[in-house]
Amino acid sequence: MVEAAGPFPASRSLKSRVVTAVLSLLVVGGVVVALAAFAYGRQAARTAYDRLLLGAANDIAETIQITEGRPAVDLPVSAFELLALAPDDRIFYAVRDAAGTLITGMQADLAPPPRAPAGARFFDDRFGPERARFVTVPRRFAERDYSGTIFVTVGQTLRARETMALGLTRDALIAAGFAGVVLLVLALLMVERALGPLNAIARDLSARDPHDLTPMSAEVPAEMAVVIGAMNRFMGRLERQVEAMRNLISDTAHQLRTPVAALRVQAELAAEEPDPSRAHAMNARIARRSRALGDLLDQMLSRALVIHRSDAARREAVDLREVALGVIEAGDHELVAPGREVVLSIGEAPVEVMGDALSLAEAAKNLLVNALRHGAGRVEIGAGIETGIETGIETGNKVGRAILWVADAGPGPAPEVLERIGARFERNAAARGKSAGLGLSIARAVAEACGGRLALEPGPNGFRTALILPALPATAEDRP
Amino acid sequence: MIARLLLCLALLAPPAMAQDAPRGGLEATARFGAETATTTLRLHTTTDIDVLGPAIAAFAEAHPDVAVDFEQWGSNAMYEIARADCVAGRAGADALLSSAVDQLVELVNLGCAQPWRSAATLALPEARRWRDEIWGLTREPAVILYNRRLVPPEDVPRSRFDLLDLMRRDDQRYQGRIATYDIEASGLGYLFAFADSLEATSFGALLEGFGRAGAIATCCSAEIIEGISEGRWRIAYNVLGSYAAARPAPDVGVIAPEDYTLILTRAYMIPRSAAAPGAAAELLDFLLGPEGQGLMAARGLILDPGGGGEAESAERPIRIGPALLVARDAEKRRAFIRRWRETFPQPTP
Repeated sequence: MVEAAGPFPASRSLKSRVVTAVLSLLVVGGVVVALAAFAYGRQAARTAYDRLLLGAANDIAETIQITEGRPAVDLPVSAFELLALAPDDRIFYAVRDAAGTLITGMQADLAPPPRAPAGARFFDDRFGPERARFVTVPRRFAERDYSGTIFVTVGQTLRARETMALGLTRDALIAAGFAGVVLLVLALLMVERALGPLNAIARDLSARDPHDLTPMSAEVPAEMAVVIGAMNRFMGRLERQVEAMRNLISDTAHQLRTPVAALRVQAELAAEEPDPSRAHAMNARIARRSRALGDLLDQMLSRALVIHRSDAARREAVDLREVALGVIEAGDHELVAPGREVVLSIGEAPVEVMGDALSLAEAAKNLLVNALRHGAGRVEIGAGIETGIETGIETGNKVGRAILWVADAGPGPAPEVLERIGARFERNAAARGKSAGLGLSIARAVAEACGGRLALEPGPNGFRTALILPALPATAEDRP
Repeated sequence: MIARLLLCLALLAPPAMAQDAPRGGLEATARFGAETATTTLRLHTTTDIDVLGPAIAAFAEAHPDVAVDFEQWGSNAMYEIARADCVAGRAGADALLSSAVDQLVELVNLGCAQPWRSAATLALPEARRWRDEIWGLTREPAVILYNRRLVPPEDVPRSRFDLLDLMRRDDQRYQGRIATYDIEASGLGYLFAFADSLEATSFGALLEGFGRAGAIATCCSAEIIEGISEGRWRIAYNVLGSYAAARPAPDVGVIAPEDYTLILTRAYMIPRSAAAPGAAAELLDFLLGPEGQGLMAARGLILDPGGGGEAESAERPIRIGPALLVARDAEKRRAFIRRWRETFPQPTP
């Protein structure tokens, strides 16, 4: 079982989850940044190179002169040097009059000049095989021999613009990528740090001796404390069960050794006894002894059962009256002490506690058998609620005490016996083949498992043993 | 079915080509490479076969699977064909190599080229490549030529300012004896003159000087070199140095102007619709490689104009780039030529 707990198919590690989350964040962010940077880069490149275009067009427009009634253009080299700032782009230029007739420049199927020459007008079109950006600048003349508007159109392919836009985008992406790497590294370090306690716990657990069930150190972050608390509770339960098992084995060995040895000796003697009447008497004794041994075994097993159940069984609401009734109805007392008077004393009101019905029944049975064996006179078994503050109960609320009790008319055990009573086992009792101590110890274990205690007290009419348990509050309130 | 279709195409193609291509610009052709070559590379170039031929032959030898159809064109005809092919999306030349850099830059700007990147192309300086679609292969200075016999050593112009001083002299010694390219007839002359106009304010003074000295504008490098050698002209301005180096003539002295020396780099491009772009890229890498550069240097296509240390700062490479589009602008060209014409009233026949 321990071996199987090794590398088992775990779901994805926290680190990979965080890294995936950060990475997807970065990818989404990167795409957004790339798109934004590209849009910005294109805008910036467009603004920058549109100015060049406009500057060149204005340069050309400046040189237009009216000579002998017709416009003449002295194309300035400076305009082309300006455009050559986009070194690898092809250049279009055309100077046209208002009718669209080419004065100089290149023929192209361009949009006709606008009717209302308001100012520079930019537009996109094709220039040969490539896309290009154009600007048309009007210049108005009102000379004696020429009147009208001349349009200068200058265009340029987009290579430099695209290079600039891509360059800006690339720079932005390099910066973003760098930031992303830094972010990722930081995230990894954070995760590493945050998961440190988890690793410490894992180390602690794997370094632990398999028999070491002591609680683990609680110095962990709040999120982990829940896990550690649950683990510690689990280990505590496990430890109690292991302890109970160990005790059971030790008790059984201890308690059975002597009576079994005695039985063997007696059986051997009986076998060698020549006198049939004495042999018969010896056989009867052997039978009595083996019956007592059986009782002892029963009780030991039931104690082991009770102790086991005190940790393992689910608690539920149990009415103590039903427990008492169940014990009477089982009729075990008829076997132990035939003919003795046993009285059931229960009221109308339910007496509910949280507990394990089987364990409680076992405890009640033991108390009854004890009273029958060791007490005197009439034996009474009952259940009820006693109001008042019970200091021994750790609920803190003012709840009633539910009591399951057995009383007899005798004086009870001697005070020195009372001192030792209720311990795990009673050597003397065991040696005598009796089991009074064991019965009480079962009752006490059950009482404690239910958050109560076992009370042994002399009463007005004899001796009373009682399981005093915290009553269910609802029960008390339900009663009028 | 497919075979029939191919047959139809084969029947249709040659007449269509013949119709579209102005064959008048074709100056010479040659074929390099083995008969067994699987790929034919059509190279259109303005460079003479005897100048570029050795490099192409070496390429064909190193790449036995590629044969090169070498076609030598006038720059304007070559440009027109390439542009028409580009507009029509038709597979014409596989590679263009032209000294009229501005024309090829315009083709690239129109989206007529396809890119190629290799260690060799990426090693080129910025001024010699654009968009990885056009590359400068050579290094040819624009020089001043003079006749050693007729120009005394103290008169040899070391810079444009010296030339200006000569032209302003009253002794009529150089009257009608100075030659330069006719920029209307020579694309290269226009490109040099245009670069001069951008480079320095001295261009106006130079034009004025040419006018005062009755300078001659003529069309061709060969004619200029011959004229200098024979003593018909004493000084020639802005002649492509590689021609002088390739055609050593007696009594011709070469000066790289000290104020600044324009450096032309012949441009190479692979048309977008090329049928054999892979072979064109191989040729490009070969020409940029040590063997190709060595063979071109042997033919004067790669020159160190100054020959001295401090001349380095005087080099003004004509950068391959969009600024050359200004040179191609029709208005600009018209205005420029009008200004030029004021100095050189009538084109030389």
